[in-house]
Amino acid sequence: MKVQINPERCQGHGRCYDLAPGLFGEDDEGYGQVLGHGVVPPGEEEAARLAVANCPERAIDAHEET
Amino acid sequence: MAVDERFTQDYRDGQDEELVGTRSEIVTGPVADWTTDFSHLEPEWAADPYPIQDELRQGCPIARTERFGGGWLPTRYEDVAAIAYDTEHFSSRAIVMSNYRPPLDLAPVGGVPPISSDPPFHRDARRLLLPAFTKSAVAKREAATRAYCHTLIDALEGRRDVDAAREYAQHIPVRVIADMLGFPPEDGPRFRAFIEHSLEGVNLPPEERMAHMGELFDYLLEQIRDHLDNPRDDLTTYLIEAELYGQKLQPAHVSGTMALLLIAGIDTTWSAIGASLWHLAKTPADRERLVAEPELLPTAMEEFLRAYAPVTMARLVKQDMHWHGVDMKADDWVLLSFPAANRDPAHVERADEVVIDREVNRHVAFGLGIHRCVGSHLARMELRVALEVWLERIPEFTLADPAAVTWATGQVRGPRTLPLRVGRT
Repeated sequence: MKVQINPERCQGHGRCYDLAPGLFGEDDEGYGQVLGHGVVPPGEEEAARLAVANCPERAIDAHEET
Repeated sequence: MAVDERFTQDYRDGQDEELVGTRSEIVTGPVADWTTDFSHLEPEWAADPYPIQDELRQGCPIARTERFGGGWLPTRYEDVAAIAYDTEHFSSRAIVMSNYRPPLDLAPVGGVPPISSDPPFHRDARRLLLPAFTKSAVAKREAATRAYCHTLIDALEGRRDVDAAREYAQHIPVRVIADMLGFPPEDGPRFRAFIEHSLEGVNLPPEERMAHMGELFDYLLEQIRDHLDNPRDDLTTYLIEAELYGQKLQPAHVSGTMALLLIAGIDTTWSAIGASLWHLAKTPADRERLVAEPELLPTAMEEFLRAYAPVTMARLVKQDMHWHGVDMKADDWVLLSFPAANRDPAHVERADEVVIDREVNRHVAFGLGIHRCVGSHLARMELRVALEVWLERIPEFTLADPAAVTWATGQVRGPRTLPLRVGRT
């Protein structure tokens, strides 16, 4: 699974780095950033799903790698 | 050191004393029909706005009023979100619905940037503030906030009846924002008067409202001058020194942003803390569960923010248009009810229930789009710490008298008196 943030939609609510701090961080202005290349390590899938489902701006996308 | 001439004289001197905007007739009194005559300033709304919003959402869903010179109240999530995202048709030139509309040329800056600003200015004014309000920046204030919460509880020691709104909730954001702006902590009671005047005195005559605003800006100018003489590491000095487009900020921008931080940072968070304690006081099962499982608090807190979202914003319609089934006119108000959006069953399951372990919670208590609350990370830190300390120190409490609880009217809603009985009953 891989996660991505759409920077056009992100407004820096920070729900992703609250709920999945292993996958997301904040930049200097509080906007969400994907840590590393966004590949979700085993065991973090649920955190990734929560981050997607709780983003008020629907700015996060998680998809299975093909 | 060069004198900063922006603030040597009162920069408001020479401004027209007359109100240059548009006034409308002040209409108060009971609401006859919520679909055509809504008012968020009447006691029945303050006491419990949710059934009113639910009924409007099912049958209306965009209510109208002729009060305040005309305005609209969308109640569906979909409509609230669409307006929050649409800065082309809706302006933030005024964000408190009242009987006075500021002149058009106040846009795109507005009186209290960046909340009152429209694109493209908005983004630049907002960027000045964002670094001070990131999650990691506000985390540095957590220890002091926690210590202060303990001090407040220490002062309640041995009491059986306490007012959690007046004696606890309200003091926390006052102290935090005074520290951030570098204002004397003993000025707290004055801030509360400023807030009451700007957010709750909406139906006072415009001249009176302006006079109250004048007092606030007198105070801010006093603080600015003190910071010019004694610069320090706080937001006031930061704003005095900040630059935009290669120049120091306009004096009205400095004081306007200070006014925003002072007003928006206080009674919003006070309301969120108070509403959460009110819920826990009347819901023993939730209170007991959070005492037993403190790790659930961050999740529960989001549910309190959803169900009791304190903040409603306003917008002004830019031009006549047919919008989602209604005919909006230029300069009509729109009340942007995040509380109503958060309780839309089309957006959230079991919308009318408070589910403290709700895992999927896409609430909009802090708004949506470019005006997302700049202080949301600070508010969340304060709310979490305030509830953690309270539950740790006072795990048992109930409403002393449910009928004695009073709620603020207007666009920020939360308990203003919250009498609690502490200890086992």
